Amino acid sequence: MSALETESLGKRYGSKWALRECAIEIPSGSVTALVGPNGAGKTTLLQLAVGLVRPSAGSVRVLGRSPRADASDVLPRVGFVAQDHPLHRGFTVAETLKLGRKLNPSWDETVARERVERLRLPLRQKIAKLSGGQQAQVALTLALAKRPELLLLDEPVASLDPLARREFLQSVMEAVAETGMTVLLSSHIVADLQRVCDHLVILSHGHTQLVGPIEEILSSHRVLTGPRADPETVARLHQVIRESHTERQSNLLVKANGHVYDADWQLHEVDLEEIVLGYLGREAVLS
Amino acid sequence: MIQFRLDTRSGVPTYLQLVQQVRQAVRLGILQPGDQLPTVKEVVGDLAINPNTVLKAYRELDREGLVEGRRGLGTFVAEGSPTPPPDGVKELRTSLGRWVAKARAAGLDDDAIHTLFADTVSPPSVSRVA
Repeated sequence: MSALETESLGKRYGSKWALRECAIEIPSGSVTALVGPNGAGKTTLLQLAVGLVRPSAGSVRVLGRSPRADASDVLPRVGFVAQDHPLHRGFTVAETLKLGRKLNPSWDETVARERVERLRLPLRQKIAKLSGGQQAQVALTLALAKRPELLLLDEPVASLDPLARREFLQSVMEAVAETGMTVLLSSHIVADLQRVCDHLVILSHGHTQLVGPIEEILSSHRVLTGPRADPETVARLHQVIRESHTERQSNLLVKANGHVYDADWQLHEVDLEEIVLGYLGREAVLS
Repeated sequence: MIQFRLDTRSGVPTYLQLVQQVRQAVRLGILQPGDQLPTVKEVVGDLAINPNTVLKAYRELDREGLVEGRRGLGTFVAEGSPTPPPDGVKELRTSLGRWVAKARAAGLDDDAIHTLFADTVSPPSVSRVA
């Protein structure tokens, strides 16, 4: 079953579509990265998933149901950490956790206590006095103590230093190992994603560019280099994502349709970052 | 117990790096039959990687017969794994040390030594990808 599924999902603000014709399926138990530049529609998609905004077109189903129509069933099973982890800055850590306990019927106090202890979060300290990394961990604790089946994270590590980023992702991965929950996290830091995520959604200008398991994505994309040539013959068989040429040489990023056998071209493997940049660069050229 | 490390720039998939490190540890006798591998949660907490990656690595090692999962207990190096006795490895290491010294004396630099060694272990087969 999919933890999250959208069909022709769209959201319009005034005359501008923030998200359009979005069709994705996030498999249960996966850790999916939602990648794209600022303004690509990542936050809109996550807000649609928790019912914070209403779709202008299409539908979204979370854990098999509508997050707005069946909110009382869906929302207790979903953890959501919004961008910049908004918390009451005047509350202490203890007060923040108490709020979480009062607001969430499925609150697991053991999960919360264990995390606070292990991360040495100062219970009597005000949120405003915590480091960015600690604030992020408190926000994550609130979400994890709900024991969610689906955890949505909007740019969770963008504002953190490398060490705090690592610690945050370690926490998320440990929770996944323990509970098998599904995670969807948006990010524009691609380097972290390859080790953490197993599925990828590339979003740009409100449209999905690529959706799939990362392993398949890595094995189907190749860079071809060769003497300066028109990519037309290649494009007949494979999808050319990006091309660049110098006077003597051509460079193509392709999504291969099966194996590439072509004596004219040299074949290179690509890493995730190069693929993501290829797709994002392509969209910029088109628009 | 061994601790995994990741080389993110090597281009080798993460799960394969874990597999190779266990294979190597078993071959060198650092891991002996009956020894436990780190739990999935431990590896994940240590390296901040996807638990499915660790599971995939352990499944692969299980398929090779190098380790066995015991339900509820963890993953252990299988009995009958090709572990050399630690003494044997030590002896080989010493004689290899002597060989390296000889190669250096003959004027080979590290690159040349690596190449010669790799070449002897697995002679390159000619392959073309494109």
